[in-house]
Amino acid sequence: MKTAVKRLLAASVVATALGGSLVACGSGSGGSGDGANGELTLWTHNAGNKEELAAIQSLVDEYNAKPDKKATVKVQAFPQDSYNDSVVAAASAKKLPCIVDIDGPNVPNWAWSKYLAPLELSADLSKNLPSTLGEWNGKTYSVGHYDVALALLARRSDLTAAGVRIPTIDSPWTKDELDAALEKLKGLGTWEHPLDLGTGGTGEWLPYAYSPFLQSAGGDLVNRDGYQSADGTLNGDAAVEWAEWFHGLVEKGYAAQKSGKDTTADFIAGKSAILYTGSWAADKARAALGDDLVVLPSVDLGEGPKIGGGSWQWGVTSGCKSAEAAMDYLSFTLAPENVAKIAQATGTIPATEEAAALIPAYAPGGANSIFREFSQEFAVLRPETPAYPFIATEFGKATQDILSGADPKSTLDKAVKDIDANIKSNGGYKG
Amino acid sequence: MTVLKPQGVLRPGTGPVAWLARIALAAVFAFPLLFMVVSSLKPDQQIFGDLGSPAAFLPVGHLSLDNYAAVFDRVPAARFLLNSVGVSAVTVALGVVVNSMAAFALSRMRVRGKGIILTLVIATLIVPFETLALPLVWWVNQLPWLTANGFSLELTTGWLDTYQVQVLPFVANAFSIYLFHQYFDSIPKELDEAARMDGAGWFTIYRRVVMPLSGPAVATVAILTFLPAWNSYLWPLMVVQSEELRPVMLGVQYFFQLNVSWGEVMAYTSLITLPVVALFIAFQRAFVNSIAASGVKG
Amino acid sequence: MTTHSVTDRASDRAPHAPRVGGRAARPGPLPGPRTRPRSGTMAGAVARREERLGWAMIAPAALLLVLFIVVPALLAFGLAFTNARLISPYPPEFVGLDNFVRLAEDATFWRSLANVAYFAVVVVPLQSALALGMALLVNVRVRGVNFFRTVYFLPVVTSMVVVSLLWLFMYRQEGLLNEVIRAVTFGLVEGPDWLNDPATAMPAVILMSVWQAAGFHMIIWLSGLQTIPGDLYEAAALDGVSTWQRFRHITWPGLRATRNLILVTITIQALSLFTQIDVMTQGGPLDSTTTIVHQAVQTGFRQQETSYASAISLVFFVLVLIVSSAQRYLTREKS
Repeated sequence: MKTAVKRLLAASVVATALGGSLVACGSGSGGSGDGANGELTLWTHNAGNKEELAAIQSLVDEYNAKPDKKATVKVQAFPQDSYNDSVVAAASAKKLPCIVDIDGPNVPNWAWSKYLAPLELSADLSKNLPSTLGEWNGKTYSVGHYDVALALLARRSDLTAAGVRIPTIDSPWTKDELDAALEKLKGLGTWEHPLDLGTGGTGEWLPYAYSPFLQSAGGDLVNRDGYQSADGTLNGDAAVEWAEWFHGLVEKGYAAQKSGKDTTADFIAGKSAILYTGSWAADKARAALGDDLVVLPSVDLGEGPKIGGGSWQWGVTSGCKSAEAAMDYLSFTLAPENVAKIAQATGTIPATEEAAALIPAYAPGGANSIFREFSQEFAVLRPETPAYPFIATEFGKATQDILSGADPKSTLDKAVKDIDANIKSNGGYKG
Repeated sequence: MTVLKPQGVLRPGTGPVAWLARIALAAVFAFPLLFMVVSSLKPDQQIFGDLGSPAAFLPVGHLSLDNYAAVFDRVPAARFLLNSVGVSAVTVALGVVVNSMAAFALSRMRVRGKGIILTLVIATLIVPFETLALPLVWWVNQLPWLTANGFSLELTTGWLDTYQVQVLPFVANAFSIYLFHQYFDSIPKELDEAARMDGAGWFTIYRRVVMPLSGPAVATVAILTFLPAWNSYLWPLMVVQSEELRPVMLGVQYFFQLNVSWGEVMAYTSLITLPVVALFIAFQRAFVNSIAASGVKG
Repeated sequence: MTTHSVTDRASDRAPHAPRVGGRAARPGPLPGPRTRPRSGTMAGAVARREERLGWAMIAPAALLLVLFIVVPALLAFGLAFTNARLISPYPPEFVGLDNFVRLAEDATFWRSLANVAYFAVVVVPLQSALALGMALLVNVRVRGVNFFRTVYFLPVVTSMVVVSLLWLFMYRQEGLLNEVIRAVTFGLVEGPDWLNDPATAMPAVILMSVWQAAGFHMIIWLSGLQTIPGDLYEAAALDGVSTWQRFRHITWPGLRATRNLILVTITIQALSLFTQIDVMTQGGPLDSTTTIVHQAVQTGFRQQETSYASAISLVFFVLVLIVSSAQRYLTREKS
């Protein structure tokens, strides 16, 4: 047996060395080897979401049918909840496809790890919403077809019944106003928890949805000056005040500590009066409620309302053997009508005004154009640092703990300690 | 199933208390699953509406296969089922052969150091797979494999995104070896001694004498190998990228997209659970019969 | 000894070998003339061939175990002393015991240890007793018992992911379990928000885990029960022995080997608690359900700190080793 193991080990070492050197010749450290033989693969996070996947597939089909295409593109879809797990595992094994779908805030981490190549597109990106571009160290690594905006959804009839002012983009609810509104709504006795914050969500939803509250209160995930520490920003007075307010919503019974899996369905079914969610939910809610639906700006906790900017974007991996073809495909998809097609299917904000004009709901005066305004007025990018994925998990855990009643100051202090240690152990993520 | 004749003496465990306990336990174990299957036939509204009444466990109200239709619309369920059937079947077949051979050698044959080997094998039981998964992802990606390319064989590197990466790491199993070992020890040595007198070699004894008597052990190992193979989730999540290679458990996440329908979730979970239940019931018979047939007792 | 041939020495060991693995050697008839040690080169060749064939039969299993358990375990061992990341532009560097120092100061890690201990201390006796009770209930040869055995085993054949999702749904504040509690108590008792209350989250996980796995250990008990000779019971029945005495003096002593196996497997199962946690609570609320394996996967995979996760795994191996050796030692003392 010993010799057999030795032989196998030897064989695999040789094979690895051979494989490794081949890859090393052909590409950078993202060495996937995908893109050979005039075929390249594209990974997306839409498995199980028929409309979105169909829209992407139709673009791919269209590209593949083009006479001047540079390669044949193949779609591989993953379910969103496990997409990052699958991609990270593949990245660690250097088995990435040519084109990947990435959640915007993770782009700097990927660029820093040299898994992504800077984009060289023939399409003009200057008119894109800034939040649809993933940049790091002065280079653009990813581009999105759309952005999403956070908002509050409610029924006009409920707010009127409770005698609550309907806020506008110029005059959003303040902290005290929201508190008073929730008290009145709760007083109607219709809802156990009038506000649904989507607290049952996990993963990237937590920092995406709740760090804007923190920013509106004057705190942040990390000190953006150099991105070397979170001390003072994530655990300063403003942050602690935010955490106390946030937990207060649960404590006073305004929001559930853990809401349902499908908050839009719960809202439509009348289980909540105000739903904090993204623009993607608006079409479904409007279809169910009609004109009674009102789309409200997020709450102003001091620094004006904030919402998260940056959604899913596309990048090309550094190991791709036909990067030129991958760039060509991306450029093709960035034509206004193609951007419009994706944005329409996903119910999101198109990345350019030109594309927006093609979608009635997002065209000026359209029912969803308010989301575009929210995006322009309130959007804050999540910190553009390779440390982001780590910061995101720490912040996500901290918010869950705070919602469950953990002491705000010590919870945030622990998150800061872990984040600072992580940044330090990665050499400040420089380079 | 085999029902032995009453023995003429009062057998304990047949009184009313025992029956009551059996029935109560059966309710506890069956009702959640019953709830799952029944709910899979109902629209979401009704699932929630029925929670407060016994109707939650009864196929009443508006019943339909709509949820199942939606499942096939959302997930390539047939493909996933086929993949899981294939992966599990091969894992079981290889597992039974590989582990029983090792156990036979350790139980019957004179091999120096076999005590230490058995101890080492059992020691691998303490390692939970989850903690090895990450280094293993990297490691399997370094392993060579022969791929058929037309009529020639080609040496390739890396097992990611293949069927073998879902099978081979789970073939050898310390617990299976232990079960076979224990079972083989209980088979009287006189049987193989007789075969040896007839000039049979060890491998023949393994194949013709010991294995045919080991039905219950084979059935048990088969079940215990099949279940984790069918249910594996974390590992395929890490190593399988192509949709056409995914096993059933990876389909579960497809249902937690923006719009969650619990009816669809129940339908999919029923769909991937019921075949296993059916298989187990079939196996259970073989299991019981083989005990009766072989007449082997300790 | 010096005069013995190689063959003799090899076969000297044979009588001891069956003892390994905690099983007492069967009192059987003495080996027949054929297996008695023989001398001479013929016998030596036979023994060598047997040895070779034996190794050949062990080899596939051994090779696979080495490839898929030993190698990754060694890799994990090595990584624990580096600063390796899952994704990083820098090659890993040796950092000595840094990860272990950090671990010692990590409150979540100590909480994980405490949670796992809590889980194991409750689950091990609860589940093994329940499973033994179930095994006794279905180890009776009367009509219909087969049905019950099948039903008790159903949760075992259901995937942990599916079971966790199902119970996640049942454990909701307005979920099935609380509705049943309300109905049974005529509305007097309001069930807790099981998974969102730090006080009830772990008990809820325990309840579900016992429900899922009891059937498995029932089968192990059952296989143990079936090795107890039936004539012992028949003799006892003729003597008019009570059910308890029968259990105390025949069944319990007859299950010694099975007991150890059950103890070890449930303990390891308890220490490796992961899937339920990942699907149902992600370790929360307030770390009340975080476990060592969950923490390892969370840091190693989702937070990409491979080396830190390896350090956690390493501590975990040592822990399991200590616990199972302690168990072996304790169960040995009693006999």
